[in-house]
Amino acid sequence: MSTIAEQASGTATQAAVAERPWRPPSYWPFVLPALVVVLGVIIFPWLFTIWMSFQEWKVGAPTVFVGLANYLRLPADPRFVESVGHTLSYTALSVLLPLVLGTFAAVVFHTRFPGRGLLRALFIMPMMATPVAIALVWTMMFHPQLGVLNYLLSRVGLPPQLWVFHPATVIPSLVLVETWQWTPLVMLIVLGGIAALPTEPYESAQIDGASPWQMFRYITLPLIMPFLFIAAMIRCIDAVKSFDIIFAITQGGPGSASETINLYLYSVAFVYYDLGYASAIAVVFFVLIIALTALLLVLRRRVQWNALGDEP
Amino acid sequence: MSGRGILGRLALALAVFIIVSPAILFFLWMLSLSVKFEIDNAAYPPVFWPEHFAWKNYTDVLSSNRFFTYFTNSMLVTGGATLLAMLVGVPAGYGIARMAAHKSAIVILVARITPGLSYLIPLFLLFQWLGLLGTLWPQIIIHLVVTVPIVIWIMIGYFETTPLELEEAARIDGATRWQVFRHVALPVAKPGLAVAFILSVIFSWNNFVFGIVLAGRETRTLPVAVYNMISFDQLSWGPLAAAALIVTFPVLLLTVFAQRQIVAGLTAGAVKGG
Repeated sequence: MSTIAEQASGTATQAAVAERPWRPPSYWPFVLPALVVVLGVIIFPWLFTIWMSFQEWKVGAPTVFVGLANYLRLPADPRFVESVGHTLSYTALSVLLPLVLGTFAAVVFHTRFPGRGLLRALFIMPMMATPVAIALVWTMMFHPQLGVLNYLLSRVGLPPQLWVFHPATVIPSLVLVETWQWTPLVMLIVLGGIAALPTEPYESAQIDGASPWQMFRYITLPLIMPFLFIAAMIRCIDAVKSFDIIFAITQGGPGSASETINLYLYSVAFVYYDLGYASAIAVVFFVLIIALTALLLVLRRRVQWNALGDEP
Repeated sequence: MSGRGILGRLALALAVFIIVSPAILFFLWMLSLSVKFEIDNAAYPPVFWPEHFAWKNYTDVLSSNRFFTYFTNSMLVTGGATLLAMLVGVPAGYGIARMAAHKSAIVILVARITPGLSYLIPLFLLFQWLGLLGTLWPQIIIHLVVTVPIVIWIMIGYFETTPLELEEAARIDGATRWQVFRHVALPVAKPGLAVAFILSVIFSWNNFVFGIVLAGRETRTLPVAVYNMISFDQLSWGPLAAAALIVTFPVLLLTVFAQRQIVAGLTAGAVKGG
């Protein structure tokens, strides 16, 4: 751990000494190595992607500057337009369901019961497990003839489904996996919020004879709103980018019924090797994610403002 | 005990059961699939507890030469990316916390928001140009995209909460900034180091998208290798489930034993790789 930073700190101090008799030593030497890494693997790829999005670049051929042509291709590309729709519906469901279930789970895990620690560990396992590994098992469970899910449906008297093998049910089925996987993260964030709540409002509500539901609806829910927004934002960012689960289970199929922007981006870049166009998709994709995040931030500010306005 | 108290307890037990059972049943089913012969895995109605256990599924996976290669690859990529990230990320987190340079954390946030695929296109070309494809270096380097932001983010949070009095006392005694960091700040931040290390390991180990593009036949990590098993054995669920469980087992073990650190890290930074 010492060498790089130590050398860097040494040279920086010498330089400072040479310039002036005294100067407060700064913390820059600590940050410098990380800055180099971040420039190399995060900033450089970004600038390169933006530059490439203005080029026609297929592997093996020379690059040609084409201006905005790659961007102009996007609205005329039906596969891209469809993938935007898939992404939005997938994201909306993958934010809402974990948010509702995760809040419920947080309320439950906030109460004390025997075995809580172990059960919480089991509960968060889906989000820590290797996504590809669990995707394989979900694929087996979705199997129309031999899958355990259709067996379970038949036990409760429901007709068998085609799950990920039918265009109409593929996105809800994938959302089921995503919800199973990421509800724990929402639970942890909301649990952190609930744990920090003051106890006085509950005590006085209990004296006034409020029901558990009323206490949740009128005390807990308004107070944990900021945490719900954080959870929603994180969920939104992750759901939009979701790749492993979709790729391993359906690869965007059947047909292109579950092809999100991220999966289409993969195909354009690494199946068709159309790198200029792929870069344009990456840039638009990033702008879309930023826009969604900004929308949630605006929404959050408005809710906070309303909450303030409600106070007498 | 009053009737209402018992009712409340029953409701709580039911709620806990509803919440936890999808996770428990899933992993039990995964285990069941992995220890059954094909005849049981293809049975309808499904067999939950087989008469004969197919331990062969596990021994086959573990004894193949390829598995050892892929396991080594995974260890080297995850280990390399995590150690490098700790090496540059821990001092950086300290520096950012002490300079109160909160704006620089925006870069970390942008890295968190950016889809992993958009790093892959330029870095893929760069690695090709450098002639690194075919070695493990491209994967170690690109995993830094995941591990460095996690480590920096978590360490900023920890160093902001560690007391400054000790550090100031050491400075008055004539210690350099590096000595203060090395001998005063770092020991206090040990719990933070553990959190950053564990999360970095898990998210690097789990990463799939970088591997499918950058890994060749000899440089596959375990998640990529297990994904590639599908095409060969479309209908042999037992070995596939066994392989999947072996890949994710270290992470599940870590989740149970380091639950406290994982929860602390995830709620503090709410970071996730990829």
